[in-house]
Amino acid sequence: MSDPLDPRAGEDTLTIFERSREGRRAFVPPRCDVPELPVEELLPQSAVRDRSAELPEITEPELVRHYTTLSSKNFHLDEGFYPLGSCTMKHNPKLHERVAAVPGHARLHPLQDPEYAQGALELMSRLQGALAEIAGLPHVSLQPSAGSHGELAGLLLTRAYHEANGEPRSKVLTPDTAHGTNPATVTMAGYQVVKVGTDPDGGVDLDDLRAKADADVACLMLTNPNTLGLFDRNIEEIERIVHDAGATLYYDGANLNAVMGIARPGDIGFDIVHFNLHKTFTQPHGGGGPGAGPIAVADRIEPFLPVPQVVRRPGRNGTEPFFDLEYDRPLSIGKMRGFQGNFGVFVRTYAYIRSLGGDGLKEASQVAVLNANYLKALLARDGIAEYLPIAFDRTCMHEFVVSGRGAKERLGVRTLDIAKRMLDHRVHPPTVYFPLLVEEALMIEPTETETKERLDHFAGVVRAILEEAGDDPEIAKGAPYTAPVRRLDEAGAAKRPVVRWRARDENPGDPARAQDAPASGTGAM
Amino acid sequence: MSRYTGVTDRELREMLEEIGVGSLDELFAEIPEALRLRRDIDLPPGRSEQEVFEELSALAARNRHCDEEITFLGAGMYDHYVPAVIDTLLQRSEFLTPYTPYQPEVSQGGLQVMFEFQTAISELTGLPVSNASVYDGPSAVAAAGYLAKLETRRSRLVVSRGLHPHSRAALRTHAAGYGMEVVEVPLGAEGATDAAAIEAAVDDDTAAVFLQQPNFLGTVEELGELIEAGKRTGALAVCAADPLPLGILKPPGELGADICVGEGQTLGNRLDFGGPSFGFFAAAERFLRKLPGRIAGETRDVDGRRGFVLTLQTREQHIRREKATHNICTAQALNALAGVVYLSWLGRRGLVELAELMLRRTHYAREALGLEAINPGPVVREFAVHVPDLDALFDRARRAGINPGYRLARDYAEYEDGLLVAITERRTRADIDRLAAVAGSIREAVTA
Repeated sequence: MSDPLDPRAGEDTLTIFERSREGRRAFVPPRCDVPELPVEELLPQSAVRDRSAELPEITEPELVRHYTTLSSKNFHLDEGFYPLGSCTMKHNPKLHERVAAVPGHARLHPLQDPEYAQGALELMSRLQGALAEIAGLPHVSLQPSAGSHGELAGLLLTRAYHEANGEPRSKVLTPDTAHGTNPATVTMAGYQVVKVGTDPDGGVDLDDLRAKADADVACLMLTNPNTLGLFDRNIEEIERIVHDAGATLYYDGANLNAVMGIARPGDIGFDIVHFNLHKTFTQPHGGGGPGAGPIAVADRIEPFLPVPQVVRRPGRNGTEPFFDLEYDRPLSIGKMRGFQGNFGVFVRTYAYIRSLGGDGLKEASQVAVLNANYLKALLARDGIAEYLPIAFDRTCMHEFVVSGRGAKERLGVRTLDIAKRMLDHRVHPPTVYFPLLVEEALMIEPTETETKERLDHFAGVVRAILEEAGDDPEIAKGAPYTAPVRRLDEAGAAKRPVVRWRARDENPGDPARAQDAPASGTGAM
Repeated sequence: MSRYTGVTDRELREMLEEIGVGSLDELFAEIPEALRLRRDIDLPPGRSEQEVFEELSALAARNRHCDEEITFLGAGMYDHYVPAVIDTLLQRSEFLTPYTPYQPEVSQGGLQVMFEFQTAISELTGLPVSNASVYDGPSAVAAAGYLAKLETRRSRLVVSRGLHPHSRAALRTHAAGYGMEVVEVPLGAEGATDAAAIEAAVDDDTAAVFLQQPNFLGTVEELGELIEAGKRTGALAVCAADPLPLGILKPPGELGADICVGEGQTLGNRLDFGGPSFGFFAAAERFLRKLPGRIAGETRDVDGRRGFVLTLQTREQHIRREKATHNICTAQALNALAGVVYLSWLGRRGLVELAELMLRRTHYAREALGLEAINPGPVVREFAVHVPDLDALFDRARRAGINPGYRLARDYAEYEDGLLVAITERRTRADIDRLAAVAGSIREAVTA
C-alpha cells in the first residue's frame, strides 16, 4: 500500500522514540567533580527506579533533523493568511523574540530579591499602567496564564466580592454569543450557568436578560464585540440591568483588538476585564501557548486581587522609586499559579505597546475593523453571498461570521469541506462551527497586519472553491490533497485512543495492529 | 503609521468604497457615542525598533540574572543549562507562530510533538496517560484537585506541607471556587512527610491527598508508604514531582499514585522570572476521559497514512461547555516542545547521569556547608539547613557574588532560621566550596 519513496509515507512519520538506537547520545554530562558515591549509599532502595525511563537515544544531528522535519508539516502565520476567528492571528514582530531572550529577562530567577530585579518589576509596573489605561480600569494583576485562567480569576474575584458583602450568590449569566470557555469557567468557579438568548440583531436579548437578572446572579460575562463580531448597541442598558441586580459585569477581552483607543470597557461600566496577550498584544501562539491573561478591575474589586501585586513605592532614601512584590493583602483570593505570571509574555507585550504607542494601538484596531469589513464586503458579492450568507449583516468589528448553509443546500458541500479545500490553496481556514448559534458557521478574523492584496486573494480563493464545487462537489469533499496527510479518522482516534507511543507488541490499541486484527482490545481504555 | 499595518491612502479609499462608507469613523458607528473615548489614549508615542530594543535592554540590565552571580536559589525553578538545539528549534516560525492544531492535516508537526511529549511524560511518571500540558506546576496541582472533585464528589483535600507553597496556595484559591476544603499536614521532625499524620488526616470525605517528590525541602519522601496511607479511605493520591530527579527516583505511578503533576521549567525552559514554562498532568488509565486540556492521539488518514489528531475533545470546554473537565484552552505548547526536545537531547542514559550528578553534588554540598540540616535524610537537588545568622550569611554571600538560596521563613514560620539551597549541574564543586567558605565564616563568628 505505501510506497517507500513517497515522502508522505513511512519513514517521516516515525516518532522520536522509533528513531532511537541503543548507545547513541546527544548529551555529554559535565564531569563529576565530587566523590562518586554509589547511588545506593545516598538513596534508600525503595526510592530508586528499577529501570530507566525509555527516552530516545539519538544524536544531535538526527534530533535536529527530526524536529525540523516535523516543523515543516505545520502551517504557520509567517507562511500565510490565518484568519482564525476569535484568535487574532496578527503578525508576531521579531523584535519581541530578541528582547525576551536578553539574559537579564530570560535568565532572571523568579525569587530573586526585588532589590536585584528592579528592571523586571518596573517593566511589569509599566505594563500594568498601560493595560489599565487601555481598559479604563485602575488596577491590574498580570498573574493569570491565559484567557480562560483570567476568566476564572475574574469569577473568583466576583465570588470573594459578594462574600465580603455578606451575600453569596449562585448564578452567572452567559450569553450564547459569549466566548467558548465561559461556561466551563463558571462551573469551575462553583457557579451555575444561566444562558441568555440573542436578539435578531445579534445582540443580547434584553427581555431575556431582565427576566434572568435576579438577586441570585453574581455576574454577567460578556464578550463585546461578541463572537459574531458585533458590538452590542444596547450595552448601556445591559450595564444598568446587571448593576441594578447587584451583579458584577465581566468583560471577556478576547475581542479587545477591535476597540483599543476607541472605547474602554471601564468607561462602559465593566468591573473586571481580562486581556489575551497572545491575541491582542501579539505574543506568538506557539502551537497552543504560552499566552497570558492579565485582568484589570474596578476599585471595589481591587482588595481581592491575587498575590503578589507589583507595587511602586516611594524611594527609600532619595527620589528613585522602588518596585516591590506585595504579599500582605488579607482579602486576596490568593494565587492563581506559581510566581508572578508569564513574564516572558509581558516583555513581548510591553515591547509591542512601546513600538505602537497610543496612536499605533488605535490604528491597529481601526485597520482590524477596516480589514474585516472590507473582506465582508468582498464575500457579500454575487457568486459568494448566495452560498455563504453573512450571519448578521451589520457593520462588523474586527471579525464576522458567515453561514455555510447556502453551500450545503445548493452545492452539497459543507463548511468543513470548504475549510479543507482552503488548505490546498495554502491559506488557513477560519474558525469553523463556532459560534454554535450560526448553522455551518465560518468565523473570519483577518487582523490589521494583512494587506489588501491578501484579503483580495482570500476572497478569490473562496470564490474559486465555490465555483469548483458547483462543477464537482466531490473535489472539496475529498480535500485536502496537498497537505502532509489527508482527512484523518478522528472518530477512530477517540474510540480506540492511542495517546502515547509503545512498541507495537505492547500496544493492542495501535491502529495499525487494529487493522490486522480488528477489535482485539481497546488498548488505552 | 504603525509598521505592522500597511493600508495606503489609495487603498483606504478603495476599501471604504467597497464597504460603502465614507470614513473609518463610520465603521465604529455601532458604538454608542457616549461610550467612545473622546481623547487620545494616554500612552507615549510609538518608537522605532532600535529605540524599543535599547529601552528594554536597559531595563533588563537592572536585573541580576543567573550568569551574574553564583546562585543556589531554587525553590521551584532552577538554573539549568538549556542546550542550543532548543533555541534553534523553538525559534522556527513553524513552531512559534501557528495556533492550536484545529486543522490537523496542516498541523502534523505540532500534533506529533504533543504525542511524543505525552509519551515522555508517561515514561517519567510511570503513568499511562498524559495531556499535552497545562499552565505550570501549581496550576496542575489545582487541576488535579478539580479532577478529584469530579471523580469522588467528596469535599476535602489533604495536602502535605512538603508541597510547594505556591502549589498549596493555588490549590486553595481554586478550591474556594469549586467548593472544597484544603487541610494541611505538617512535615515531620526530619523535614519529611509523616505517614501516620497523613493516615490520621484522611477520612471518608477526603477526595485526594497531595504529596511531592522530592518535597519542597529536597527530601526524598517514602512515597510508597505515604501513598498507601493516603489512599486508606479511597482518596486519590496526587504526587507533584520534579521531572529531573525522576531519572533515578521510582516513578510515582509505580508506587500507586493516581495522578502525577509537576512543573516543567527544569526541562529545557528558561527561568524568565517565573514563566512561561509548562505544567504536566499524567494519570492512571481510568482518568483518560477526565483529564484537563488537549490530548493528541494517533490515527490514520483516508489513505491509511499514520497521523495525529486532538482527541477526546468531548472533555473540553468548547464542546462540553459547562460540563467540561476543565476550562483550559490555550496551554503551553511551545514550552512543552522545549520539554520533549530536552528529554530527547538528554536521552535515556543522560537523564540518569544528570540526576546522579545532582544527587552527588547535593549530598556533597550539605556536608560541605557544615550547618545543621533540617532534613538530614536522603535529599536530591535541594536541601535545607538551620543558619545561626541568616542576615549575616546573605550579606557576606552577596558580597562574594553568591546568592545563597531561599529563606524558608517566607513560607514556613516553623523554619525561621531555615535556608533552602538548590543544586543543579551548573553548580560546580568550586561554587559549592565558595558558599561553604561563607557558611564557615558564619559558624566561626557565632561560636567566637
